[in-house]
This record gives sequence, C-alpha cells and structure tokens, in this order.
Amino acid sequence: MNKKNTIISSITRRTALKALGAGTIVASGALPRLGGYAQAQSSEPIKIGFQVHRTGIGAAYGRWYDRTTNAAAQRINDMGGINGRPVEIIAEDDGTDPKRGAEVVEKFATQHGCDIAFGTLFSHVVFGSAPRAGELKIPYFVVSEGHHVASGKLNRYTLQPGITDVKSQVQAMAPFVSDNLGKKVTMIFPDFAFGHDHRDYFSEAIERQGGEVVAKIAIPPTETSFTKYFPNIPRDTEVVYHVMVGPAVLTFVKELGEFFGPSRPEIFGFIDSLEAVDINSPGLEFLEGTYFWEGMPRYAQPDQTSHDKAYRAAVGVDDNGASTSDAKDVSTFAHMFGCWETLNIVKKGMEAADYKGPDDRAKLIEAVEAMSDMPLSDDHPQGAKLFNGKTHQAFGHQYISKVKDGRLDLSHTTSIEDTFYDDEVDYTKQPF
Amino acid sequence: MTDTRRSQALHAGVILLLIALFFVLPAYHVGNLARILVLAVYAMGYNLLFGYTGLLSLGHALFFAAGMYGLGMTMQFFDLDPATAFGSGLIAALVVSAVVGFLALRTSGVAFMIVTLMFAQAGYLTILYFGEYTRGDEGFVIQQAERVFAGFDLTGPTERYVAALLLFSVCFSLIAYIVQSPFGRSLVAIRENEERAKMLGYDVVRHKLKAVIISGVMSGAAGAGYALLFGYAGATFATVQYSILPLLWVLLGGAGVTIGPLIGTAFMFYLIDYSSSITTAYMLVAGVVLVLLTLFAPQGLAGEIRKRALPWLP
Repeated sequence: MNKKNTIISSITRRTALKALGAGTIVASGALPRLGGYAQAQSSEPIKIGFQVHRTGIGAAYGRWYDRTTNAAAQRINDMGGINGRPVEIIAEDDGTDPKRGAEVVEKFATQHGCDIAFGTLFSHVVFGSAPRAGELKIPYFVVSEGHHVASGKLNRYTLQPGITDVKSQVQAMAPFVSDNLGKKVTMIFPDFAFGHDHRDYFSEAIERQGGEVVAKIAIPPTETSFTKYFPNIPRDTEVVYHVMVGPAVLTFVKELGEFFGPSRPEIFGFIDSLEAVDINSPGLEFLEGTYFWEGMPRYAQPDQTSHDKAYRAAVGVDDNGASTSDAKDVSTFAHMFGCWETLNIVKKGMEAADYKGPDDRAKLIEAVEAMSDMPLSDDHPQGAKLFNGKTHQAFGHQYISKVKDGRLDLSHTTSIEDTFYDDEVDYTKQPF
Repeated sequence: MTDTRRSQALHAGVILLLIALFFVLPAYHVGNLARILVLAVYAMGYNLLFGYTGLLSLGHALFFAAGMYGLGMTMQFFDLDPATAFGSGLIAALVVSAVVGFLALRTSGVAFMIVTLMFAQAGYLTILYFGEYTRGDEGFVIQQAERVFAGFDLTGPTERYVAALLLFSVCFSLIAYIVQSPFGRSLVAIRENEERAKMLGYDVVRHKLKAVIISGVMSGAAGAGYALLFGYAGATFATVQYSILPLLWVLLGGAGVTIGPLIGTAFMFYLIDYSSSITTAYMLVAGVVLVLLTLFAPQGLAGEIRKRALPWLP
C-alpha cells in the first residue's frame, strides 16, 4: 500500500529542537530523555510491567493474577533470576478499562523503564493497549485467552504464549459434546463480543462433528432476569451450552433450574461464568451433574501431577482451588496459570536472546517466536503446549469436568491437536 | 488592556505554554499531555453546553462515540484516509447531536438529563447490537500503518502531540471566540434566566439547539481524534462513565470558563495517575479530593481564580 511507503521517519524532539533553534538551555533538560533507553546495567533488575485489573469488572481475576504473578516472580528469583538479574514486578491498575490500559502501558515504557509489559486479561483492555505497545516497541505478553492475538488484529509486539485462546478452546469442546452429550445444541450466550466468539466458533465446530445448533439465544448484557428467554429453548434440545458471565450468573443458573426442574437436557458451560465463585454457593445446586470447560482443573484430581501440586503450593491454593489462608476465597484457577507460564516463557526467551536491556527487545520477541514445544513441567503445570511463533499463540490441552457432589471432577482431556485451526496471520513477516 | 485583549493574550499564552511544555517535559508526560489535550476538547465541548448554556447532559459519551466510530468504521470498512475519516466522524457527531438535540430539547432540567442519558444508553446498546461490525465491547484496533496523514505518521510522539495540540488549539480558540460573541452571550443569558431571554426576543430553542450541535460536534472531534491518535475504538467509550467524566472535568476545572476544561482534565488525569501508584483505593482519593474541591472551590479551580483574581476570564 502506498500509505505504508509514504511514512516519513518519525520526527524526534531532537530534530524539532534543532529546527526551532531552541538552543542548549532547553535541550539540556530534554536530551537525556531523548536518547532512548540506556542499556541496563547487568546487576539491575529485569523490570516487568504488570498490567493488573485491580478495580473494575476484572477485579476478581486481577486479585488472583496478582498472586500468581508474584509467586512466579518469587520462584524465578529463588532460582537465580533471569540472566543473573532479579525480576522486579511493577504493577499498575488499569481499572479494566481500555483507555487506562493504554496509559498504563505507556507508563511502563516511558516512566518506569520496564523491559516488557505483561498480564492483561480482558480483551477490550488488550485491544485498547496493544496499539501503544506496538508504537512504543515494548513486548506485550497478554494472558487473555482472547482470539485477538492469533486473529492478526494486533501487532508483532503482542504475544500470548502462556494461555490458549477462545477459538481453540471452544472448537475443542465440540467432539466431546457431540459424542457424549448430544448433537442438538441450544446456545445461551451474552450478546457481546465474548459471547459472539462462542456462538460463531462453536456453531462451526459442532457442524463439523455432525451436530447442529438448534437455537442461539443472545442475552443482552444489562439483563438481570432470564426466565423469559428459556421458552425459546426448542423442545428437541439435547444440550444447553451456556457461557454467561458477571454477577447475574447465579440468577441465571437458579432460574434455569426452576425452568427445567428435574427433567433437564444435558448442560455444558464454560467455567468463566463461575471463576472465583464457590461451586457450592446457594442457588448453584442445579449444576450438579452438568459439565464445564476448565482451562486447568480447579479441584486437585486423583492423578494430580507433582507440577500441579508445586504450583498450588507456590501460589497458595488448596486442593479445592481456594486460598490456603481463606477457604472462601476461591481462585480463578482456570485462567491464572497463564501468568505463571508466561513469566517462565519470558525467562526462557530472555535467556535464549541473551537479553541485556530494552535494546534487545526485538531479539526477545524473535526468541519467543522460535519456541515450539513446551512440555508439562513445573514451568508449565497446566499441561504441555505447542507455541505457534507465526500467530504468537499457544495451543494446549483443554479440560472438561463434571460437577459431582459439589466438586468438579475431570471427565475428559482434549488433545492439543483438537485445538488447532489454520493460521490467520504471520507476525514474523511484520518488521519490528 | 481591554478584557478582549487580555482574553486573546491568555488563550495565545496557553497555546504557547503547551508548545513549550513539549520541549521540557519528559517523554511520559508528553504522551500524557497529548491525551489530556484530546480529552480536554471533549470537556470543552461539554463546557459549552453545561457551563455556558446551563444544560446538564448525561449523554455526551454518545457524541464522543459517534465521532470515534464515524472515523473508525469508515477507515475500517471504506479504507478512507485519516483526514476524510475525521470528517466522517464530525458528520456522524453532527447528525447524532442534531437529532438528540431536536428531541431532548423538548424537555428541560432533570428530564433533559434523563433523556440524554437514555439516548446515550441506546447508543451504547446499538454498538453492542451491531457487534458483527463494531466488535462491540471488545472494539477494534486502527492499525499503525493506517494512521498516516500527508506522509506524517501520527503514531510518532512528535506528530501525535502536534496533532493533539492542533485539534486543541482550534477548538480552544473557537470556544473563546464563541463565548465572547453575541451568540455566546445569549447562551449565558439563557443560562442565567431563560424566561427573560425569551421575553427579550431571543429564539431560545434555536440557540440551545445550536449549542447542543456545536457541543456534540466538538465532543465528536475529540472521539475521532482519540481513535486516530491512540489507535482504538471500543464501546467502553460509549458507556455512562464516559458521560460523567467530562462533567467532572468541567466541574473541577471551572464551568463556564474557557480554560476550566483543560485544567480539570489535567488535574483529574494526574490525580488518578499518582494516587493509583500509591493505593488501590485511588478512586476514594479522587472522590475525597472532589468533595473537598466542591466544598472549598465550588466554582472549580479556574472559577475560583476568576472569582478571586481575574474577573475578566471568559
């Protein structure tokens, strides 16, 4: 495109100053900051800007992302840091707001002098922040599970190596649903982008399995009562697929139970609805015998790996997925492992790139892009993963659990191959 | 020196100060200032309606979003260049504000607040409803390569600041001109005593509609400017929160004072920026400061300056 070719080199304040002949008095105040980042001294910490949802709609997730991140950083430091340098987490609250998110990324890059930015969960904050990360040329490692990175809508500086994306998660559910629960599915989803992703990706995937979506019921995001939508569920529905989020989920489940009574179809949902919520909360009894996708099983399973055990101990999570210091403080276990794994990937990437400072940011991204196999280990307690350097997206096992006696018992683990789809972008072709 | 001269000197001085700040501030604050300037344009648009005309709208996010999506969608789907897309943003805001103004001005007082709030909520839900095109709450990115105007990469720190300053300066000068013009004076007359203005022969409804449209277009310019300079358009900017923010900025800075919105926007930005690095309860800090300011400087920072020292401030 001509537009790209006509970009003139960015005017720096140095050239602007020269042009205006502002002289050395003004320049002496500004120039030290114009020279870019000085190469960090070898003893200085690696600064990781942690964009955390401490307030706003993502606060419950943010609290646990915070704990997981600090535990991962502590472990890395206990093992000698990265390239012999300690890791320092610099956390800033983005209020789960895309405008503030972009400001926070800017703060990491230009005020704190962070080496990378990291940790964002909510997709709209990722979308709002990623352009600034690309412009400021700061690697931005998101832990969002959105399809935004792999869709090619972002840029080379944005990566998601520590958690799988919604497209791969949703499509990997279709074989299990079709083989075990039923082929005629009614989908109930929130009427915004997250719900639309589920609607579109699952509809395609179930059709490939010979099933069909018999009804798609979109619930407006401001809705507080759901009973009036349930008569739209066709009588021949074999499976209800739900993915409601937010505080209304308890009402949703309660009203769904009242609607169906004892004779219900099979029910399958995404645990996103109930992250940080005790599955034994009053009103959730109806979920007994239903199935959930989990990014990582909340309850320790009989065949628990040593990696899962070590990870729980480090973060402070008990066998029921709650805080070891407060059994009522339930974690966001299905997602927060992404922070742990991402920081370990950053460590490996920095070591492979012999990262010394912000001048090596491009080398860090190339090193991560070169990664592929990520075996199950203490670094990757959720399970083995395959990283696609072209799309900047990790692919991994998905877990399906059944609610039984107030616990989530693992029923099925998908293969990594179930989560694959064709590449939609090749970021490695984009210049830095 | 006449009041008009003083006013001209003040406005020119503010713009010169903003140029000077670009050279002396650290990179982080230059980036912040670019944002503040764009958001101050939004606040200035709001101030014209609230501060000068006395109409309290709770739905200005609709105009901001109209400008944002007017630019973003046309760049996304019609591959328009930034300047033409910016024009589309202004037209979108013009149309939306004209329609909303035409209908909402049939009410007044609390009813006007509620009607504007409802229109904004309807706008927000419309963005979500057409999520296939707007990407709803998630929004969409305007890629760096598309944000090039006349060979200038608007994502560069210098170009971005210059563009933000240009947008601010044009709107700032325009507002200064409007509020000192006979039209602006008549708006103040309407604010102070609508019945009397009517009795004196002013077409009050027409004046108020013009004020809504100018205010809406200026807010739309800010929305389009934000999307263009920061590369993102999303439904968050159409939520009620973004209707309340310009009200707070104007109240803090000084309603009915031309420099009030800039002061209020900058003050609020740094209040949140600094307090959030000290405590997670930064909104509490912001709330306490707002209460204190309301108690001890009810006319806002610039309003207090006008009251105590510079009565000629326009």
